[in-house]
Formats: sequence, C-alpha cells, structure tokens
Amino acid sequence: MVTPSLPVAAPTTTMEDQAQDVIVFDDVAIAFEDNAVLKGISFRLPRGESKALFGVAGSGKSLILKMALGLLRPDRGHIYTLGQDVTQMREEDLFELRRKVGIVFQESALFDSLRVRDNVGYRLMEEGVSQDEIDRRVREVLRFVELEHTVDMFPAELSGGMRRRVAIARAIITQPETLLYDSPTGGLDPVTSTTIVELIVKQRDVYKTSSLLVTHRLQDAFTMATHCFDPKSNHMQPVARGGRVEVPMTFLILREGKVIFDGELHDLVTTKDEYIREYIS
Amino acid sequence: MAAGDFLSGIEFISPSEFAKKKIQSIQEYSILAAQSVVNLFRQPRYWADVIQQMDLIGFGSLPIVLASVFFTGAALALNSATTLSRFGATTVIGQLVSIGIVRELGPVLAGLVVAGRNSSGMASELGSMIVTEQIDAMRALGTDPMKKLVTPRVVATVVMLFFLTILGDFMGLLGGSIVASILLGMDAHEYWSNAWQTLVFSDVFMGLMKPLVFGFIVATVGCYYGLSTKGGTWSTYS
Repeated sequence: MVTPSLPVAAPTTTMEDQAQDVIVFDDVAIAFEDNAVLKGISFRLPRGESKALFGVAGSGKSLILKMALGLLRPDRGHIYTLGQDVTQMREEDLFELRRKVGIVFQESALFDSLRVRDNVGYRLMEEGVSQDEIDRRVREVLRFVELEHTVDMFPAELSGGMRRRVAIARAIITQPETLLYDSPTGGLDPVTSTTIVELIVKQRDVYKTSSLLVTHRLQDAFTMATHCFDPKSNHMQPVARGGRVEVPMTFLILREGKVIFDGELHDLVTTKDEYIREYIS
Repeated sequence: MAAGDFLSGIEFISPSEFAKKKIQSIQEYSILAAQSVVNLFRQPRYWADVIQQMDLIGFGSLPIVLASVFFTGAALALNSATTLSRFGATTVIGQLVSIGIVRELGPVLAGLVVAGRNSSGMASELGSMIVTEQIDAMRALGTDPMKKLVTPRVVATVVMLFFLTILGDFMGLLGGSIVASILLGMDAHEYWSNAWQTLVFSDVFMGLMKPLVFGFIVATVGCYYGLSTKGGTWSTYS
C-alpha cells in the first residue's frame, strides 16, 4: 500500500519580507493539552508600525507576545523576530535576540527584591555597563516616564500605574528595535491609562519603535491611532483629519484561534463583519 | 453524602499517564541538576548572587543548626549513659557521641535544617517568581534563570552545608561534653581525648562528603519544585 504524501504548504514569507518586518507569524498554532488556542495565525508587523491585538479573554493574545520572544514554542508554524526564526533557535541564542526586544508584562513583572534603579537598569547591569553610566541612563529613562523620584524605592512601594511605568522604563532603557506591551493599561483607572498610552505614543513617535500591543481597551488603541506625540507640549495631540501626519497603527482581531481582521482603523470602523462590529461597539 | 458524590470530585488518571508524568519529572529534575553543574563552566557567572545566597543559607541557618546539633549531642550522651552505666562503660560516651555526630547525625541534622529552612524557601521564592512572570521577565531581559537563580543556590548550599556540618559537629561534641562532665561527672579531658582518638580518616571523610551530596540534593530539589510551579500562588505550597 502506498501512503499518500502529506501536502506541504508553500512558504508564505520571503527573506526580503522578513528583513522589512520586525515580526512575522507564519501559520502558527499552539495547543495546551486538548485546548487549541491558536489554530494557524499569520500576520506581519512592519518596521516602525504599531499593531494592537484584540480578542476575548483566553484567545491567545499574550501567548503571541511570548512566542514572539521565544518564551514559548508553537506546535506548528514559524515566527520571525528581527529576521530570525525563533522557533528554530536554541535558548542560548535567543538570549542575544531578546536583548533587542523590550516587553512590558501584564502585571509588570518587576523583580520585587530589587529597587527601581536595579529593575530599570537590569539589562545594563547584565551587559557590564559601569555603575555611573547605569545611574545616568536609569535617571534619564525614569524622567521619560516621569518617575525619577522612585529610583530608590522597591516595587511593593509603588502603585499599579507606577509599576507599569517602571516596567515601560525597564523595557525601553536599551532603546530596543521592537516593544511588546501586554495589557499595559489593564486594571488601571482612566487617568493613569491615558498617561500610559501617552508614553507608548511618545515612544512610538519619538523613537520610531515598532510595537505589538495587547489590550482589552479599545479606546486605548483608538487613541493611539488618532493621536501623535507633540514634543513641544510634551503631550499627545489629536491628528487633524486630512492632515499630513500618518499614524503607523494597525489592528488585529483574534477569534477562536484565527485572525479575523488585520488592517487599519478606517477598515476596522467600516467593516461589515457582525462580530467585529459588535466587538468594537 | 453518597460515595458517588465524594468520588466525583477526585480526578483519576490512568497508570500509564501517571508513570509518564513521574518519568518526565525525573527527566526534568536530572536536566536541571546537570545544568546547575555545567553552568559553573559557562559565562556569565553570578558570584555576587552566590555570596548573597551563602549569607542567607550559611549565616541564616547557623544558629538553628548549631542549636539542634548541640542538643542532639547532649541528648545522645545523656540517653546512652543510662545503658552504658549498666556495663560500667560510661567512659566510652565520648567515642559514641563522636562517631554518631561526625559520621551520621551532624550531616543529617544540618541537611534537614537547611532543607526545611532554605530548600522550601527556594521553592516558594522561585515559585512566586514563576507565578508573577518574573522568570519570564528575566528570560525576556536576556538572562538565563538557570545561571542566575539555580547555580548560585546550588553552589552556596553545597559550600555552606559543608561548613555548617563542621561547626555543627563541634557543637554536638560540645553538647555531649557538657552532659558528660556536669551530669555524669566525667572528666572533660577524658571525654575529648576519647572522642578525638576514636575518629579515623574514613569517619571524618564520610562525615564531610555527606553534606556535599545532601547540599546538592537539597538545593536542586528546592529549585526544581520552585521552577516547575504551575497555577496560582497556592501551588507554591505543593
């Protein structure tokens, strides 16, 4: 009996695409025991662009961020981060790649035994940077998130919003090429959320960093898509309709392990898909 | 309550699934134990963390190790004196305490204290770090948690348990000496010379090899349970 050969899917990404895109997911699937969370998702994050990921709780949004960093390996498919296939790399090699990507975890994930200064400067300490240089850069980045006065505090002494801002400071201190935000405004009050969103917009517009943002709060992503950072006023300002400023922001929606929308704000608000319309209403 | 209701809350797994899980645990533990040693020969090495852990494990456990071995030595002398006096052999108490403490009880008691105090502490600390995503954050920041967290704890435990055992042995002998001289009226010089002369190289060697093995097991088991934590903070107790 001749066993029929399995059909092999043609590669959907070329080497050139991978160089242009900071993150590429190519037919990625992952399951936990019998629960298939992602069932073959594909998308690209071009350099300089921000992409907001939406989906109901448990749809695998946070998993996408962890897989992009190689913290979890998919059961199927390929993930290219900064042009390297993280699904094929050894853990030892991934450490080098991860230094070029910043991540802000859902609950901040600050090291509770270290002071803010050591949390924020952790990466620099690992790289053997001098103490004076670490102090200077930590203060600079804490000034960016407007928390310079917390430098000697422990994470337990900070409020939830302050912890998120410290986590952002830790993620951006080495000016990574890409930033991953996992629900950075989750559980925060509207005022603090706006401060966090402003910081993300500031990072995007001032340093042109690409980012993947997981969020449940549609208004945060809409704010990001409709505002840009004004360095003069040190605040974000709404983008004038028909103006020359283009915000590099796209949206991706997951449903039952599949990508059901990947596009710009205009496409999102004019979609005919009932589920998406209900989701964004 | 019917038996069916009671059993409905219990999750049964097949014997093959149970065996698979156990074998997988052994495999994961073996890999962790091997990596903790291999990392000693790889850069970067976290000597500051080793020193910090030595302070926590060594100096932190010192009072309780010394106290427990001291009172064990004293109790050993006191209890054996009752039996030995029937044969008029109370002079060998020094030998008995010396062999008992140096060969067996010193390393075992020091190991038990460090296991109870530090191994469980390592498991809960690393478990909390897993649950609060601090281990993921560490990996995301380009640090190998095995090198940063596991190897320093294993090295510190092995080294400090060795020295704790030496100090504990001395305190055990001292406890026996105090009981022998104060309660049993023995000459302290006789006790110490008996205790000293009865020890041969193999006794001391065996007594000092054990803490190295115990320390390695205590630290790696603590780290393994910590790093294999799943679920919420409650799972750090399991």
